Amino acid sequence: MDHCKYACGTAEHAVSRRSFLGAAAAGVTGVLGGFTAAASARDLAKAGKRVLTIFLSGGVSQLETWDPKPNTDTGGPFRAIPTSVPGIHISELLPHTAKQMTRMAIVRGVNTAEDEHGRGAVIMLTGRRTEPGIEYPHFGAVAAKLLGTGKAELPGHIQIHPGGGGSFNKQDAAFLGPRYASVVVGDGKPPADLFRPAGLTTEADRQREELRQKLNSRFAKSRRTAMTEAYAESYDQAAKVIARGDAFDVTKEDPKLADKYGRHDFGRHLLLARRLLEHGVTFVNVQHTNYDTHHENFDFHIEQLGEFDQPFAALLDDLADRGMLDSTLVVVMSEFGRTPRINHLYGRDHWSKAWSVALAGCGLKAGSVVGKTNANGTAVTDREVNGGHLFHTYLRAVGQDPTKNFYPNDRPVPIADPKASAITEILA
Amino acid sequence: MAAPIDFKQTRVGLELKHTSPLIGCRFDPSGRYLFVSAQDDTLQRFDLLTGRKTAMLGHQSWVRGIAFSPTTAEAGPLHLSPPANGLGALALVAARPASSFTLVTGDYHGKLIWWDGAADTPAPVRTVLAHDGWCRAVAMSSDGKTVASCGNDHLVKLWSAADGKPVRTLEGHDSPVYNVAFHPTGSRLVSCDLKGVIKDWDLSTGKVVRELDAKVLHKYDTGFRADIGGARGMAFSADGATLACTGITNVSNAFAGIGNPIVVQFDWKDGKPKQLKPKEAYQGTGWGVALHPAGFTIAAGGAANGRIWFWVGDENVHKVDVPVNCHDMAVHPSGTALAIAGHNGTAIIYTMLAAATPAKK
Repeated sequence: MDHCKYACGTAEHAVSRRSFLGAAAAGVTGVLGGFTAAASARDLAKAGKRVLTIFLSGGVSQLETWDPKPNTDTGGPFRAIPTSVPGIHISELLPHTAKQMTRMAIVRGVNTAEDEHGRGAVIMLTGRRTEPGIEYPHFGAVAAKLLGTGKAELPGHIQIHPGGGGSFNKQDAAFLGPRYASVVVGDGKPPADLFRPAGLTTEADRQREELRQKLNSRFAKSRRTAMTEAYAESYDQAAKVIARGDAFDVTKEDPKLADKYGRHDFGRHLLLARRLLEHGVTFVNVQHTNYDTHHENFDFHIEQLGEFDQPFAALLDDLADRGMLDSTLVVVMSEFGRTPRINHLYGRDHWSKAWSVALAGCGLKAGSVVGKTNANGTAVTDREVNGGHLFHTYLRAVGQDPTKNFYPNDRPVPIADPKASAITEILA
Repeated sequence: MAAPIDFKQTRVGLELKHTSPLIGCRFDPSGRYLFVSAQDDTLQRFDLLTGRKTAMLGHQSWVRGIAFSPTTAEAGPLHLSPPANGLGALALVAARPASSFTLVTGDYHGKLIWWDGAADTPAPVRTVLAHDGWCRAVAMSSDGKTVASCGNDHLVKLWSAADGKPVRTLEGHDSPVYNVAFHPTGSRLVSCDLKGVIKDWDLSTGKVVRELDAKVLHKYDTGFRADIGGARGMAFSADGATLACTGITNVSNAFAGIGNPIVVQFDWKDGKPKQLKPKEAYQGTGWGVALHPAGFTIAAGGAANGRIWFWVGDENVHKVDVPVNCHDMAVHPSGTALAIAGHNGTAIIYTMLAAATPAKK
């Protein structure tokens, strides 16, 4: 496994075919539903809107990214550098990203008022604070439902995690149901045995499948139930995902392009994300870990953002080159930011009161900044927003009306928190 | 008669206050001044003779590298004295250098600045952009002719101390270079990187003669997917027979700083390392190390609070608790005192002189 120049190796974690099939099957009539012999993936991709979120796990420092405060008591050792948009500066740790500012928007006045990792993530992923008695669907599930064509061959909601195996997060779709829940691809790798083993010929595979269907049919004649039907359907649809297995294979990408993304895990994961979006997946989240830098925040941000910066810039270039950026919303988020105060370990702690989120692409006023913090970043001084405002904004950017309702059990539930509204200043 | 040193009597002599957390500290070779660097991007010069504090402005980022041109004047010991001198508890008996001395400092924007360290208000004499990214350490050769710097660009660079012109770039590290030190003979230079690889460079050829293994100072934390390591402090003994490095080892959580301070000490002749550890369980990082002419090893560091450790041979025979995390440590050139750079903005000078015994009647 290749890593960035600082990294020195982690265990590989392949997703087994069994677990992937399990994940797909769990979607049953959902995730893979509506399979058709679709038009080409590229045509499909161009037809609609899609979303890519990059979740910087642990809480990236706003001071080392989107809202630097150099030469202040909280600023740390880094400088601010100009971007491609005159007057907008970001941290020197993002030199490649700085050149992409003409495609981006930054929200600098985020106050989510939640410094705990899990609850902070819920706010950022659902646009609401945790509430007793109800769980709200995550952004990915909402996007998959609202933006999905119903004709997708691949899951509409995929998460690429830096490690671990594959899984299926039925919880993140909440009342929308497993159809829109995420399939997790561990380490961005296709299931280890997704493809037919070399020793199994096409003919032998066909005969094997024929036998399975024969036995299945015989069983169904005498003991047909909704469950057996669901099982048969999920099997068929999982098989169709396997038929599209090349969507997960980044080795089919141009090696020069792969070089631009970076020959390390995160570069590969972002490239896979773009590939999946191009093949018709509606929503992909890529997790980059870790930014929970209570100790030596500055050294670790050099290392982590050194891994983030070039692939992120390459991604925006790539999306633009393929004509996808105008129809793809890209969001860089965390569960919160980090304290302006530098602790005794050269660290920064959890901080949700004044931090930033960056966006690019679809539906945005490119090159814009909204919100402001004070001189040393300890408070929002202009256009304070929370997770609800961001959630509204994401949906508006992809052409959806977040003030509409979902109707679980025929009960209206607003798609986005009705107490918030979109940040119109950054919408096109 | 030379004042007797008894490190087991190490005690606070003087507290020098600044308003910003401190990063580094060094005594000048005459022993008159203590220079500290702080998170407000300044250097501060404390004159131990007069009590005057002088801000040195020029850097625009944090300074970790501080090095001096040598002096032939022998530093006198720091003695405790009554508070009437204005310094509170410590006064200086030291030979003041006859002429100015050069101070070279390196910052996290990769810049080196040359200063006249004895000027009334030192101002930058020369600024050199030395590294792409952080310059992490600076050293001066014993003949005062060459400055060495190292940084996050994986490079070690040599500069003419006289005019700041580049002399040679030493390439070979594959991770950020945390520290650099000249061997007292001046013919060799060592550099230690993030991964604990120490390269021993022959300065006449610019080639690596050998590598020393301090990899115990490094870990890739698979949980957080990040590296932690490097020699935070590095020093030769005055006779060049021993090299010591300090940092953090046994890291279980890089992002919380859960690990133990350690000194890795090398026999220069055969390159064999030995590990010096605190006798008692302690979590934190070693930030400064020195090999005292009297034969003992000193290191300082900390986490929530600080600590100073003393070893004789392999045995940690003494410790001093410090009320603040020590981000650096320097030993006075007379060997009679040491200073720590505190996160709370205070430099604390500890005297190691044996307390005077009341005369018998």
